[in-house]
Amino acid sequence: MNRLVYFPGCALKDQAQGYEAATLAAVQALGYAVQELPRWNCCGTVYALAQDDLMRHVGPVRNLIRAQEQGATELLTLCAMCYNTLSRSALFVRNPENLRRINAFMDEEEDYRGGVRVLHLVQWLAEIGPERLARAANPGLQGLRIGAYYGCTLLRPKEVAVDHPEKPEIMEGILAALGAEPVLFPERVECCGAYLAVTRPEAVRLRVGSILLSAAHHGAELVVTACPLCHFNLRERRPLGAPRLPVAYLGEVLAWALGTQPIPEEIARTVGVRR
Amino acid sequence: MAAELRLSRENLNAPFVRKVEELSGQNVFACYQCGKCSASCLFAEHMDLLPNQVVRLVQLGDEGVMGARAPWVCAACLACSVRCPRGVDVARIMEALRQLGLRRGLTPVELRLTPDLPQIALVGAMRKVTP
Amino acid sequence: MNQVGVETKTEMVTVYIMGQAYKVPAGLTILKAMEYAGFRLTRGVGCRGGFCGACATVYRLPGDYRLYADLACQTPVRDGMYLALLPSTPAERKPYDLRKVKPGGETLLSLYPELARCVACNTCTKACPQKLEVMDAVQAALRGDVAQVAELTFDCLSCGLCTLRCPAEIPHYHVWQLSRRLYGAYLAPKAEHLRRRLQEMREGKFQAELDRLMSLSKEELRELYKAREIEPE
Ligand code: SF4
Ligand code: SF4
Ligand code: FES
Repeated sequence: MNRLVYFPGCALKDQAQGYEAATLAAVQALGYAVQELPRWNCCGTVYALAQDDLMRHVGPVRNLIRAQEQGATELLTLCAMCYNTLSRSALFVRNPENLRRINAFMDEEEDYRGGVRVLHLVQWLAEIGPERLARAANPGLQGLRIGAYYGCTLLRPKEVAVDHPEKPEIMEGILAALGAEPVLFPERVECCGAYLAVTRPEAVRLRVGSILLSAAHHGAELVVTACPLCHFNLRERRPLGAPRLPVAYLGEVLAWALGTQPIPEEIARTVGVRR
Repeated sequence: MAAELRLSRENLNAPFVRKVEELSGQNVFACYQCGKCSASCLFAEHMDLLPNQVVRLVQLGDEGVMGARAPWVCAACLACSVRCPRGVDVARIMEALRQLGLRRGLTPVELRLTPDLPQIALVGAMRKVTP
Repeated sequence: MNQVGVETKTEMVTVYIMGQAYKVPAGLTILKAMEYAGFRLTRGVGCRGGFCGACATVYRLPGDYRLYADLACQTPVRDGMYLALLPSTPAERKPYDLRKVKPGGETLLSLYPELARCVACNTCTKACPQKLEVMDAVQAALRGDVAQVAELTFDCLSCGLCTLRCPAEIPHYHVWQLSRRLYGAYLAPKAEHLRRRLQEMREGKFQAELDRLMSLSKEELRELYKAREIEPE
């Protein structure tokens, strides 16, 4: 069995436990053994944008060292925010001077040598290929009309984008291979408000209303995301009167398609799954 | 923001401007005020200054911009950064202003904590708006 | 002069206590050296045995950039040491009603949201005199794993050294205490013998014995205490 070394992140161990369980079972069904890093720390969730803010690269790079200790050259993430911070810090330390300074600070760790590629579930599924997914998709998604919501961290900045930052199709490709009918909607690449949930919840509500409206307007029956913060905002910070669209994780619909998990009753009802 | 701005060589070379450039890694004078960042910004409606105005005031050396609401409303979604035709990473300028402000003792943002907030939201907000 | 009348010279070392040089005998602990130097400690000392955590101290050694942190009662002085005793760490312990909070991340994070500020620098771990994996405990707290926090911090002395060094300004030892309490109250398997004993107490099984003790004079109590059974070493 092929081995995949996996970085969970806080959300996957707390409110997004369902995402983790569904995904890991599905990935296993595809023939891969997932090995969680035995030790890891918070990725930082938001990448440090100030040039002198070295300290905030320490956490992400420490995780890359953990992967290196496992002999991994690839590190799988399910959370889009973890993917973003880890992969950007991996880029940051490609600069030898940055790498030297971070390594010097972490004198209690072995030096990071720079050989870990951070990979998001979306990329992994795309790399496995649509044929393989289509073959495994039983019962499949039965023509469910799904709007893939990308949000920010899978697409921006360009250097770590999992696809074209303005016109991504990578998730649509995966959903189509799994038997869904992907629905494109303009707001799928626009921010949900992210951590403004803590400082400006009203701004988040406005964004969430607009995203859901855009998805519903273009005919989506279900919105799928790969980010636990988007998931939280889209579900828990809806404005009054927002379309009653269900929201699920990419890993969950994957599990439904592969038959490792049944479609939850309430979603089946809302979307009227054709059985 | 200053009530009146004087355009002068001193303002353009002010330590403030150089510090913002240093922290953001951006040439703020590359901006030609097309406003595409502001058109892209999903949170501009909550700001007192539009993103392009923030950049303009930085160019003019107005330190008051650190205390404006705009940089603190910015969600670092990078919509502006990927769309700027001049390649200016506006989100980095916003971050530089927040960092400078925090280091000088500004904390204009109140955390509105509720027990249901996930860690990723808390970590993100704390890193952006607490010193 | 030692007991057999041979002239011995105590080796002396120089230490800098709060910026002032003192000559003290080598081999003393920092705590004893301070007392030797004339400090009368009413704070910053307790058990003298490495258990109470009152004697948190930071120091540097000549030619070494590191700021070491340790317990004054457990650490021998070294020549050229620069040190400062830190008799208390200002940190707020948040009030809560243990019967009303849930044993999970929600409780830890709503009382101590600053946990989310950890940058994973590991400074706390390096400061801990008990050699605990302090950063791992903060990370476990952040992801709501109360049992893991309780486990990792069982030996914490609340000396506060991690808390003083943390750039994220987290009051670690209060979080640890809360986690251990949550663990004890909700997660640890219930101690059946304790439950039974409490029941017996409530039912008055020991009342007669207690009443008898209460009626004894000071002298009688003293005798009884001397004659008590002591567990073998
Ligand atoms: S965890 Fe912190 S307070 Fe507890 S013993 Fe270690 S340094 Fe002291
Ligand atoms: S010292 Fe503070 S910021 Fe650093 S690892 Fe420990 S808890 Fe986190
Ligand atoms: S005096 Fe109690 S631990 Fe040092």
